[in-house]
Amino acid sequence: MFKHYFEQIEGISVYPVFSLLVFFLFFVGLGIYVFFLDKKKEKHLENLPLED
Amino acid sequence: MQNSTQQSSVGVLEQFEYDNKIVKAFLIASVVYGVIGMLVGLTLAIQLFLPEANFENPHTTFGRLRPLHTNAVIFAFVGNAMFAGIYHSSARLLKTAIFSKTLSWIHFWGWQLIILAAAITLPMGLSSSKEYAELEWPIDIAIALIWVVFAINFFGMIAKRRERHMYVAIWFYIGTIVTVALLHIVNSLALPVSWSKSYSMYAGVQDALVQWWYGHNAVAFFLTTPYLGLMYYYLPKAANRPVFSYKLSIIHFWSLIFIYIWAGPHHLLYTSLPDWAQSLGTVFSIMLIAPSWGGMLNGLLTLRGAWDKVREDNVLKFFVVAVTAYGMATFEGPMLSLKNVSAIAHYTDWIVAHVHIGALGWNGFMIFGILYYLVPRMWKTEIFSKSLVSLHFWIGTLGIIFYALPLYWASLTQSLMWKEFTADGFLAYPNFLETVTKIVPLYMMRAVGGTMYLLGVFIMIYNLIRTAAKGVFVDTEYSEAPALEKRVNIIGGGWHTILERKPFIFTGLAVIAVAIGGLVEFVPTALIKSNVPTIASVKPYTPLELEGRDIYIREGCVGCHSQMIRPFRDETERYGEYSKAGEFVYDRPFLWGSKRTGPDLHRLGGKYPDSWHFNHMLDPTSMSPGSIMPSYPWLIDDDINYGDLPKKIKVMRQLGVPYDEGFDNEAVAHAEKQAEQIAQSLAKDKIKTSKDKEIIALIAYLQRLGTDIKQK
Repeated sequence: MFKHYFEQIEGISVYPVFSLLVFFLFFVGLGIYVFFLDKKKEKHLENLPLED
Repeated sequence: MQNSTQQSSVGVLEQFEYDNKIVKAFLIASVVYGVIGMLVGLTLAIQLFLPEANFENPHTTFGRLRPLHTNAVIFAFVGNAMFAGIYHSSARLLKTAIFSKTLSWIHFWGWQLIILAAAITLPMGLSSSKEYAELEWPIDIAIALIWVVFAINFFGMIAKRRERHMYVAIWFYIGTIVTVALLHIVNSLALPVSWSKSYSMYAGVQDALVQWWYGHNAVAFFLTTPYLGLMYYYLPKAANRPVFSYKLSIIHFWSLIFIYIWAGPHHLLYTSLPDWAQSLGTVFSIMLIAPSWGGMLNGLLTLRGAWDKVREDNVLKFFVVAVTAYGMATFEGPMLSLKNVSAIAHYTDWIVAHVHIGALGWNGFMIFGILYYLVPRMWKTEIFSKSLVSLHFWIGTLGIIFYALPLYWASLTQSLMWKEFTADGFLAYPNFLETVTKIVPLYMMRAVGGTMYLLGVFIMIYNLIRTAAKGVFVDTEYSEAPALEKRVNIIGGGWHTILERKPFIFTGLAVIAVAIGGLVEFVPTALIKSNVPTIASVKPYTPLELEGRDIYIREGCVGCHSQMIRPFRDETERYGEYSKAGEFVYDRPFLWGSKRTGPDLHRLGGKYPDSWHFNHMLDPTSMSPGSIMPSYPWLIDDDINYGDLPKKIKVMRQLGVPYDEGFDNEAVAHAEKQAEQIAQSLAKDKIKTSKDKEIIALIAYLQRLGTDIKQK
């Protein structure tokens, strides 16, 4: 029955591929970035609330 | 603002002020409305075992008070404290004064007026009936306008900041502001009939999907993201140590806003919503555990090596319980999104317990912690009594436990009773009421838990008033920082550190992150019309039924009765044929409901004679001894108001309901004719009433429910 719903949406097969790709690229990018984050910068950022 | 400038080696040093008055105003408003919201909640809890506690008054009956309770707690208690915290922490994190004091006061008074309007209109029964979005369209517009004022003030502060980098709390505030605006506008779209009545732009399945996209993300972006921002500021502040991992906070923020927006359909598992949308909701809900627990751990681990402080420091105690409650609720949420768990928990008190772990534990305790942190500082004094804070902490914590545990117990008991079959294959408890009377003692215990929690709030108010009384309020604090140099080329830093210097690009990206989830869900939603198989026998409501439906909406029947039979054997056995998507194409708004305090009503039509309904609405216990449903004598006394009926038909026609052209002019006569038939049928059972009474319209609607496909 639900297969029927799917078939009525044009280009439905793009949705899962698109979603997976977006998620994958975004989180891999974020992971790499965070891994190489400059220690000094990080110290400054995390101490912002304690400065005032 | 007076800016005295002087030259320094770092740059131009500027002096600026932190305005504590607006923070104080929002905090007081939060506490006042918190007490009101919780008192209303307690009244509702009592009505569940003592229906007479509605004072036999339409304005204080469960169905009308419930939205008042949820709106007061969410938008007034949690909302006002959010604004206080955001103004207070953003000014300090961005090293700037509030952008415009005038705008901040417009924001304050505008928001209070909106709350006042809600407090008046909801008990009057003026409601769109969409959960957490019940307010009618003129108030919706006011909310949008005040939200824009808030946004201008907030982004103005960012533009005027003296700290180049935006701390993680600021990102959460940005995410909140843009997403709430988007959610509110999309879900509130409706065509007005009059100043106090409108019909949703969406119908049936589509309306349900939009509503729970909103409802779920109202929890996400009104109750969660702003408070995570507050957590990232006040927890390190109170512990006097930086957040556990800044890296984790980056991942936390992006993955949370990215994933949250997709999870709405988990509110509609096993309903008539297409299966692909249900699965999408489940998958993303499970994924949500990761960012949610990442955030929780980031908060708790901030206290690493300082746990001894928690024993001494009352503010930290509240934060620790708040963050723990957040962790519990965000684990429970994904679990409830599994279809097999939802099958048991949906429509029961489990969901009520779940949201109260969030509201009482996470939001409430965050607010109390912030209050205990801010009030002594803003009044330059020490807290009046540490032991009273401790007492509040314990009575509040126990209150949460005494509130939630009975409801978990009630949920499982009732759900299993609903589903139990005898050896012969009949329902073990065919009478729904049996499953209710069984859990009434647990409802009483829940009210005890709620009372304890509220008692704690009163202790806090006394303590804070005494604290303020012995101190002196500092309405303005002065600070100084070097101005940001314009157009400086800063070399170095990864792309995210660069982003943190570029608020507007950052905001744009946050919108995109949120929009992707929204779009992927919405494109199919827009196409859903072609997705819903039309059922030829499903016809629009007659004018009288439409009036009856609006009475059903006005009285908030949806708060206790679902209209969505799930495809389970016990439900089809108890209620009849399971609900089909195509049956709801004329339902504006949809009325599927989310809680079964009473039985499902989707196949109620034709089940009982008209006279049964008449007697039942006059005194439910006359038909169902032991019923906890309140009586509705005013429906029997009050006349139907046909004033808006032609306009209602017209608006429905504009929305695509296939009434004949010119039918709006015949609608009243049509309704009166149908009303006459019902009055005659009642007369046969020796009930004398005029055809003009509201009860007649309501009976017409109830007798229509679910009959379209029965005739087939």
